[in-house]
Amino acid sequence: MAQITEQADIRPRHGLAQWSEQIAFAVLIVFLIIAPSFIYPVLLMKALCFAIFACAFNLLIGYVGLLSFGHALFFGWSSYVCAFAAKRWGFPPELAILAGTGAAAVLGLVAGAIAIRRQGIYFAMITLALAQMMYFFALQAPFTGGEDGIQAVPRGYLFGLFNLADQMTMYAFVVVVFLACFLLIYRIINSPFGEVLKAIRENEPRAISLGYKTDRYKLVAFVLSATLAGVAGSTKALVFQLASLTDVHWTMSGEVVLMTLLGGLGTVFGPAVGAFIIVAMQSYLAGFGQWVTVIQGGIFVVCVLLFRRGIVGVIAQALRIKL
Amino acid sequence: MFDFLGIPPQALFGQLLLGLINGSFYALLSLGLAVIFGMLNIINFAHGAQYMMGAFVAFFLLQFGIGYWPALIIAPVIVGITGIIIERLFLQRLYQLDHLYGLLLTFGLALIIQGLFRHQYGSSGLPYAMPAQLTGGHNLGFMFLPNYRAWVVVLSVVVCFGTWFVIEKTRLGANLRAATENPTLVRAFGINVPRMITLTYGFGVGLAALAGVMAAPIYSVNPLMGADLIIVVFAVVVIGGMGSIMGAILTGFALGVIEGLTKVFFPEASNTVIFVIMVIVLLWRPAGLFGRAA
Amino acid sequence: MKKLATIAALAALSTGPAFAQFTDGVIKIGVMNDMAGTYADLAGPGSVIAARMAVEDFGADKKGMKVEIVGADHQNKPDVGSNVVRTWIDVDKVDVIVDVPTSSVALAVNQITREKNKVFLVSGAAASDLTGPQCSPNTVHWTYDTWALANGTGNAIVKTGGDSWFFLTADYAFGHALERDTAAVVEKNGGKVVGRVRHPFPGTDFSSFLLQAQASKAKVIGLANAGADTTNAIKQAAEFGIVQGGQNLAGLLVFLTDVHGLGLKTAQGLIFTEAWYWDMNDANREFAKRFAAANRGVHPSMVHAGVYSSVTHYLKALEALKSDADGKAVVAKMKEMPTEDKLMGKGTIRADGRKIHPMYLFEVKKPEESKYPWDYYKLRATIPADQAFRPIGEGKCPLVN
Repeated sequence: MAQITEQADIRPRHGLAQWSEQIAFAVLIVFLIIAPSFIYPVLLMKALCFAIFACAFNLLIGYVGLLSFGHALFFGWSSYVCAFAAKRWGFPPELAILAGTGAAAVLGLVAGAIAIRRQGIYFAMITLALAQMMYFFALQAPFTGGEDGIQAVPRGYLFGLFNLADQMTMYAFVVVVFLACFLLIYRIINSPFGEVLKAIRENEPRAISLGYKTDRYKLVAFVLSATLAGVAGSTKALVFQLASLTDVHWTMSGEVVLMTLLGGLGTVFGPAVGAFIIVAMQSYLAGFGQWVTVIQGGIFVVCVLLFRRGIVGVIAQALRIKL
Repeated sequence: MFDFLGIPPQALFGQLLLGLINGSFYALLSLGLAVIFGMLNIINFAHGAQYMMGAFVAFFLLQFGIGYWPALIIAPVIVGITGIIIERLFLQRLYQLDHLYGLLLTFGLALIIQGLFRHQYGSSGLPYAMPAQLTGGHNLGFMFLPNYRAWVVVLSVVVCFGTWFVIEKTRLGANLRAATENPTLVRAFGINVPRMITLTYGFGVGLAALAGVMAAPIYSVNPLMGADLIIVVFAVVVIGGMGSIMGAILTGFALGVIEGLTKVFFPEASNTVIFVIMVIVLLWRPAGLFGRAA
Repeated sequence: MKKLATIAALAALSTGPAFAQFTDGVIKIGVMNDMAGTYADLAGPGSVIAARMAVEDFGADKKGMKVEIVGADHQNKPDVGSNVVRTWIDVDKVDVIVDVPTSSVALAVNQITREKNKVFLVSGAAASDLTGPQCSPNTVHWTYDTWALANGTGNAIVKTGGDSWFFLTADYAFGHALERDTAAVVEKNGGKVVGRVRHPFPGTDFSSFLLQAQASKAKVIGLANAGADTTNAIKQAAEFGIVQGGQNLAGLLVFLTDVHGLGLKTAQGLIFTEAWYWDMNDANREFAKRFAAANRGVHPSMVHAGVYSSVTHYLKALEALKSDADGKAVVAKMKEMPTEDKLMGKGTIRADGRKIHPMYLFEVKKPEESKYPWDYYKLRATIPADQAFRPIGEGKCPLVN
């Protein structure tokens, strides 16, 4: 099966290296606490939403070996459903996010059932085509607002108590959502289920011969990935108070691939790191127009040719730790 | 004559013909993708960008006074050469790796090419005049057929079947097909396989560029012209199944016709009909209509 | 930050009369539009130039008003546009947002400026909702809107005999709105809509839809789309001999730069409505000369004129009010004062935020009728200001009651 990730499971040696993941997690939390004082909080929230998205995507490519080129489908549609629920139906934020996530899960089930039939490149192309089809549907469906998108989405009161219109309250909420998703993914990866997924990635015929119904595992992983991408999309809709066509466009699917590839496929922290870097780059280079696209293309090329482990992967390998 | 579902037959034939014309582009592009995939096992995401480059090179040639007819040959050659450079510099290093890396690399290349052209030319179209010999048209009774569009169909059919013939019926084609199956053995026969692979990629890219030149007079020459088109072509290729050259050609034409009919009966869906068909085909025959079961 | 503001304020105080109450001592104007894409020529960097010229002509320096202009690209995407405006207001302390073509972005910016009490002067966008259900006390819709275009073009064409219409509509909200408004005008004037077809947005190949339009035998084919869709449809219509076959094309949203891109051979005979044309009087011509010199020879469109005009009036209001802190107050002042500038002449701003001025019906000249570069239009009719825009009562604007 796919050798798409070259992340060998490095057994950590001794001493501090054993705790590499926990240390990195602590560093992450400290960063998230102090960052708003020197970085524009809206930018941070954007990075966090994309980090969730990239982690969700990584679940599929890094641990099952399936490259989905249509993840914008789940991200974008959950964003629309959440925005619609919050605006038209007046849902409070927690229910709106649940609604969006639920929509993503359903889409994940349907898309997964269709796409899992093929492998490798075909799988990627099918997911791309499905996402494109749903993009056109989003363009024409009345409830998505087409080109306008769904605007002026109210952030509401979380659990009826916390006013999310306040920037810092919203930031705290997004951090909590991110950490929850992050820990959930970590738990999935390091569970018996996760081990089966990795087995499927390494050698699917072997896994089948051992009696595992690999298609079922792959589908579950696909739905999980889609659902978590849905959490990312719904949260993003509330942060920006806007759901638009950009979120369902194929360039969005390409961006999440880029973030994960840059950060490190199959690493725990890689996708989040990649997301932060790409969002920062887009923000600081915003005045340069199309150069951002060229640079992103360049990062793809460089990463594929020279840098397949991604930033976190390279660090992890150099330090002989698990990240 | 009778009205078919409320559409008079004249209009219907007109739309079928137009669908065939669009199908020519789908056929040419999916042929290029199929040829490249057959030999290199790489999905050339940059195909759309190379189609766009073909149109732009034709535009540049026009600025130097080189018209449409020579551009039909020169532009594909130039873009084909860039393809050969890409293959030598980048793709060669990926053959031992998972095929998905090829997809990612060509995707990155597509972004670079598109971004550079967009930076230089914005995203409005550049004008490309129709060649004088092909302006005007003929009144066929059921529609007015512009000469240029008729030419597009003729040229595509010739190129597609020509390619098919070379690959399936000639010695060169036989060597190509053998090299796909078992490169080592074919090398043992003294055939330079790496060079064949390089040239095949160049040829596939050239096909995309040729489609671009053909598109220049009727669709606008702009940096985004290939971006959305390539995804539709991917769907076409999945429907056809990537195993067969003839399958790619026939599926391209057929889907163009179906899309054309959709524009008459249900125009809002014309963007998505090909994807819907893809889903149906996948549920019924996962390997595609002409593909070999994976 | 506060210290800096105080120093700046003191500095501003010392340069001239007491205009120190501007936030941070600077009037910051943000010009946002599509800088590199389909609308780059009709707005784009040209709008920044127009804004600059407005500031110069107003004499801001001599009056002691420090004005800064920043520009940004919204790439025609509402999420990018919202981000830019939010950052501009929160971080860069921009006071007024100007231009913003592409209605989806304009609607998003409309929300944000209302929320944060800044000023929004729309020149480029068309959505008549901006003075309708979405009207805001912080927004002035300056140059044109879908209603004015539909009214001008639809009315005029039906009155000159084009009484059967077939619509080729871009299948998205803007296209639908344009079709709906124009169809209403056509039918009100005794014309008939014989058919319509919706093409996917964005479209590349219109051959199929044009064929249907041809088969309908309607006298006028209304193009309810914009930008590349319109120009492509016009080009392909020429290929299929539609105009030669006796049908007329009506562009519902066409700009000077579109005509320039198409060339007179293809665009001749097109009829449409605009708010301003560079060759109508000496003041316009003089402006166009200055503008073109700074803009690679590309002549100003009505959007550029709108930017000039709106910035001029904004500065006048600031001069009278002596403060830019309260967006609502500034816009109220702008509505109070009648407008007058050398490009768009005299006009007023209504309670719903709609700027009122005459609109003009133009026809594209034949190639042999054009005597010098950019000589593209001939004037067919002038629609007086009081008839050009949707009556204030019909807009459903909550501010008007």
